[in-house]
Amino acid sequence: MLKKRVAIQDFAAESRLFNQRAVVALAGVALLFCLIIYNQYQLQVVSYQDYRTRSEGNRIKVVPVAPNRGLIFDRNGILLAENRPVFSLELIPEQVQDMTQTLEQLAQLITITPEQQDNFLAQVKTQRRFNSIALKEQLDDTEVAILATNQHRFPGVTVEARLSRHYPFADLFTHALGYIGRINSRELQQLEQDGELANYAASRDIGKIGLERFYQQQLHGTMGYQEVEVNNRGRSIRVLRSVPAVSGQNLHLGLDVGLQLTAQQVLQQQRGAIVAIDPRDGAVLAFYSNPSYDPNLFVHGISSANYNALLNSRDKPLINRVTQGTYPPASTIKPHLALLGLETNTITADTKIWDPGYFMLPNVDHRYRDHYRFGHGWINLYTAMMKSCDTYFYELGVKLGIDRISDYMSKMGFGEKTGIDIVEESSGIMPSRGWKRARHNQPWYQGDTVPLSIGQSYWTTTPLQLVTATAVLLNQGRLAKPHLVTHFSDEHGKTALEPQISQAIEVLNPANWDTVMDSMHRTVKEIGGTARNAFVGASYDSAGKTGTAQLFAIGQEEKYVAEKVDERLRDNAMYIGYAPYDKPSILIAVALENAGGGSANAAPIARQMMDYYFAAGVNQHE
Amino acid sequence: MNEHFSGHTRRSRLNFFHIDGPLLLGLLALLIFGLFILYSASGQSPAMMKAQLVRLGVALAVMVAVAQITPQTLRRWSLPVFLAGLVMLIAVLLVGHVGKGAQRWLDLGFMKFQPSEVMKLAVPMTVAWIIAQHSLPPRLWHLLLGFLACIIPTLLIAKQPDLGTSILILTAGVFVLFMSGMSWRIIAFVAAAVSAFLPVLWLFLMRDYQRQRVLTFLNPESDPLGSGYHIIQSKIAIGSGGLEGKGYLHGTQSQLEFLPERHTDFIFAVISEELGLMGVLILLGLYLFIIGRCMHIATQAQDNYSKLVAGSFTLTFFVYVFVNIGMVSGLLPVVGVPLPLVSYGGTSMVTLMAAFGVIMSVGTHKRILATP
Repeated sequence: MLKKRVAIQDFAAESRLFNQRAVVALAGVALLFCLIIYNQYQLQVVSYQDYRTRSEGNRIKVVPVAPNRGLIFDRNGILLAENRPVFSLELIPEQVQDMTQTLEQLAQLITITPEQQDNFLAQVKTQRRFNSIALKEQLDDTEVAILATNQHRFPGVTVEARLSRHYPFADLFTHALGYIGRINSRELQQLEQDGELANYAASRDIGKIGLERFYQQQLHGTMGYQEVEVNNRGRSIRVLRSVPAVSGQNLHLGLDVGLQLTAQQVLQQQRGAIVAIDPRDGAVLAFYSNPSYDPNLFVHGISSANYNALLNSRDKPLINRVTQGTYPPASTIKPHLALLGLETNTITADTKIWDPGYFMLPNVDHRYRDHYRFGHGWINLYTAMMKSCDTYFYELGVKLGIDRISDYMSKMGFGEKTGIDIVEESSGIMPSRGWKRARHNQPWYQGDTVPLSIGQSYWTTTPLQLVTATAVLLNQGRLAKPHLVTHFSDEHGKTALEPQISQAIEVLNPANWDTVMDSMHRTVKEIGGTARNAFVGASYDSAGKTGTAQLFAIGQEEKYVAEKVDERLRDNAMYIGYAPYDKPSILIAVALENAGGGSANAAPIARQMMDYYFAAGVNQHE
Repeated sequence: MNEHFSGHTRRSRLNFFHIDGPLLLGLLALLIFGLFILYSASGQSPAMMKAQLVRLGVALAVMVAVAQITPQTLRRWSLPVFLAGLVMLIAVLLVGHVGKGAQRWLDLGFMKFQPSEVMKLAVPMTVAWIIAQHSLPPRLWHLLLGFLACIIPTLLIAKQPDLGTSILILTAGVFVLFMSGMSWRIIAFVAAAVSAFLPVLWLFLMRDYQRQRVLTFLNPESDPLGSGYHIIQSKIAIGSGGLEGKGYLHGTQSQLEFLPERHTDFIFAVISEELGLMGVLILLGLYLFIIGRCMHIATQAQDNYSKLVAGSFTLTFFVYVFVNIGMVSGLLPVVGVPLPLVSYGGTSMVTLMAAFGVIMSVGTHKRILATP
């Protein structure tokens, strides 16, 4: 039966059937090929741009390159803040054949703490095998030398150099330069707000205080970047494009290393501040706050022990006494008061008053004592200035009244920040009726004006404010904003910073300037002048004014005896002085905490500063 | 006259070696194209090129050797080879060599051997043998018998587990049934039954990683770093190639190794990226030419067994092409199917060329028959 069926096979029909199926199959094949082509068209033509972008995103990585931070120089080009290579021991895991053995052998060569090793091994686990990982940072020279000579034994082990900020003069310039440190989250936020964040992609540090902070933008420079082609594991294959970083601008200061060293030497343990400016343009020549500290401690992150020691020190080294130390100016503001008296015709140079050793307000019992308890007798302005007679100025101040005093002194810059190019600055206090109402909710009494006239009671200034205001006298009314930086420089050359000079006051009688200058000159020159002893035999002609600020109120008839008063409550010694007298190029303020009288303590220090200044020829080329 | 004579001689000579000229030309063109792209996809590795060339030589030799065997001999040997294959599949499950999480290899001492490769040829040949016992179209129980011959090795291979290969083998067998003229009613019925079977497959037969592949296929972006990574990178490679490609050796996705398995399963993405849509069209043209020529040979075959085997091999070849391109370009889930005759790899190429040997045998062994 079956055989029969086979025998009558219809070959033509079978062939036709197969051919039909072949046609159907080929039609299916064609249809599916069309589907593939359609899909390819969608991917390669319609969505081409999209996939192209994603492909580029895959392969191109932008690696930011940090710019070199600008350097800082003193007026003679001596480096004050530099970028020094710091060496670290790094390993590339994929190139190290036997990690355990390598670590053991390295530990035989240099000290590696278990902590460093654990830290390293933890990073090896998380990082890519071809990334360099630091085992030990901040190697010293000996370690670098040992590793260099043994390098051939350790494939995959390298000593890497990275630039790090260094302040070669350590604590000498701290309060002016400030320091840099790791960018913290608050600073990150600020950078983001300023739209600067992108420029910091490769930067780790930022100026924290001082010039480093104020000129952060100029010092930082512009980030560069490399467009790197990477493979699927992130290993860079080649550099496609490289945009070099632009180094930050260098800062050139008016400060002089020698003058700073002198300041440090003369102050020794004495708490206080010395600031010297060129009165003509406000360039700062010396800027020293004592005690100081080493800013290098902060660059790599200060240990909490070190930080607490600085923070809790009774001498408060972290305070910038030049700009944040607020001292009663004491008699150093007498020249200002004198000018105001002359200008308002309250006095003339020859007006004489009787000094019995104290001053009394009408109808008040209180005696405002002169520092010379027996009284100076009949004195005029010159003598009063020379001998720093308090009674004369008590009377002048009361005649002038608080309103005229505070109005005039504010114009001179008292009670205002000077606007120097660091952020850490106090404004001090120039009291007025409004200030007292706001501060103490009390009216101004005439009795308040009396001690104010000799720069005491509520009145406080910073040493920088004092030199700035005194420079106005020297400049006949023009106020030059003090500034540490005088020039910027980069590879294209130097750019001078224009001094900012404004007219603080106009005088009715220009001869009054000379009268005030003359009175300060006599303080130094004439026998009996409070600064005479300090400047005896000086090779230059200078003028100045001493000041002694009482911090401790003594009784009406009591005599001030330094030894009896707690050391921290003893008088502050102040001095303001300039030279050469006829053409001043240096103006110095000295403020010494609890040092005693200005005449005996502050003036000699100003003398030593000026001696160095003239002997070394600082600022003499102009 | 002379020209015609020499052309005739060449054909005769090719015929004497049982080589189909146009098919050989198509295959050589495709192989050369494949080598060309493999050089780029292998990262210009001389070692890989050498290995692939050796394989090509072996595969071509196998093809020529198989082409010498008459279809009648092949037909006689179909069942014994099939049965031997079944035994080996069972052996693989019992003592097989584990590679990449699946038991696919049989270590014969001198070489490792994948029995499933034999079955790729033996299954359709056996089904054709069964069907060709009788006149076409086949009766239902012949179909069932043929289906049984497909499903047993399919299940054995699926258990290794190698879902891709098992489905391809099933497909090859089913193609025989289709080409034999099984009625459309049965086809419709089977299609319905398969649809009903899919949930069973999903729930009981598929392994976790296989399910994951399907899920990832449906939404590759859901797992961009895990299993979706392959398909996303592959599509980026294809799409970014555009019309003209990034240039030979300049495909960033391939050369920087964002593209996984670039020299094996995903080599189509390398072609797309470096040579663009133009290169893809050339490749598809070559495939289409080969498929067309093979189908032509099938229709010209003198007996049903030859027609069915040639037709099934041709369609299976196409399915390989389609499944690979489909998976690389995101049309199908990722199953480990290489791009035939282009991907780097040994066994599958030898198997494919043996299949072409069978087709050539069918095309060149003809008894003289009187034309009606």
